[in-house]
Amino acid sequence: MTALSRQPRAVALISGGLDSMLAAKVVQSQGVYVEGVNFFTGFCVEGHTQAVKRTKKQKVKRHSALWCAEQIGIPMQIVDISEDYKDIVINPEYGYGRLLNPCLDCKIFMVNRALDLKSNHGEPFDFVITGEVVGQRPKSQRSETMAIIAKDSGAEDRLLRPLSAKNLPPSLPEREGWVDRAQLHGFSGRSRKPQFSLAKELGINEWSQPAGGCCFLTDESYTKKLQDLWDSRGRRDYDLEDVVLLKIGRHIRPAPHYKLIIGREEGENQYLRGFRHKFAYMSTVSHVGPLCLIDGDPTKEERLLASRILARYSQGRTARDVTIRITDQSGVSEEIVVEPLQPHSIPREWTLTN
Amino acid sequence: MDANELMPGAHVLDTKGLLCPLPVIRLQEFARSVESETEVVVIATDPGVLADIPSWCRVNGHEHVSSKQLDHEFHVIVRALPQFIDS
Repeated sequence: MTALSRQPRAVALISGGLDSMLAAKVVQSQGVYVEGVNFFTGFCVEGHTQAVKRTKKQKVKRHSALWCAEQIGIPMQIVDISEDYKDIVINPEYGYGRLLNPCLDCKIFMVNRALDLKSNHGEPFDFVITGEVVGQRPKSQRSETMAIIAKDSGAEDRLLRPLSAKNLPPSLPEREGWVDRAQLHGFSGRSRKPQFSLAKELGINEWSQPAGGCCFLTDESYTKKLQDLWDSRGRRDYDLEDVVLLKIGRHIRPAPHYKLIIGREEGENQYLRGFRHKFAYMSTVSHVGPLCLIDGDPTKEERLLASRILARYSQGRTARDVTIRITDQSGVSEEIVVEPLQPHSIPREWTLTN
Repeated sequence: MDANELMPGAHVLDTKGLLCPLPVIRLQEFARSVESETEVVVIATDPGVLADIPSWCRVNGHEHVSSKQLDHEFHVIVRALPQFIDS
């Protein structure tokens, strides 16, 4: 590639955190046309859960990546990769991190997808920007693995990490003079101080998550439920509905062949109601209580136990009797009266939610 | 203005049941296909659209016209502008 006779164009991966925001801003401030992209995997922490839960403040949360794009003044597209992303989660070539987080494969996949994007004006991008910092993450942000990301994604030297560029070989945009390497940075390690200092310098005073944590696959409670889902089905598979349901409610598995999903507040109950056509479900009749989906096929005795568990989470938890209505998938209901189970009677290993 | 008061030819995008950011993604897919200024009403059940769609409009050069809650639905009206330019 030769020198450009036009303004260089770059696409920046925007997670909603500080680093990607800074990386995009650093390159934009050198006169490069920068657009952002945020990939929707289904496992994003914000979005689904915030939409379902009703906080006391009833505050509608913002989409962090969109908010970042607004703050630094770049266009941004959100791209749904949830279907193709399944293969990354289920069969990661480079394996998982501490939990079920395929961070290295994930970054390779996202950089590769970013390369193929076109700008809002229908034009291809000249290079890709990420907010990676050498040594910041044990799995995906080491110098060895960052080289793998560049190679396996197909980006090669068209991948620029502005926050750590001085610790890495010069990329194409630097060699071609599209960006001035001298004005890039040499951050490394887990300290966040250089990022905070740069944010201040660039006039950025607010950001959502200083250090990652934007993916449910790094959440211990969530991945425990995902692993349980795979174990119970005997195969590693999921769809978007599964991904969302694992974020909602209290998950209790009294036996391998059935699980209870119990709403924890009204927003979750309302959301779970939308699944009544797909699952048998239970609700409390004599007292105020949550909705409970039954995932699986419990026996009659097990339904009795499930009813006692649900009663324990209702306002009748200290009552002698609680009436529970059980509705099967065909819509046929029956009511039974049960004594609420005491909290100590629910073995810890049944509970999949922290 | 709500979905019942739209200009003739306006497009209705039903995203009921979808959680954010999927309504925004559906709007984005539609907006990328318009060849002339087109009014579109996004009907959603996720209140997140009230913040996300205006924000998406601001960063991508579309016009957020209005937002309204009707019972359990949210109607967000957007004027989508053609963006692709032959170069």
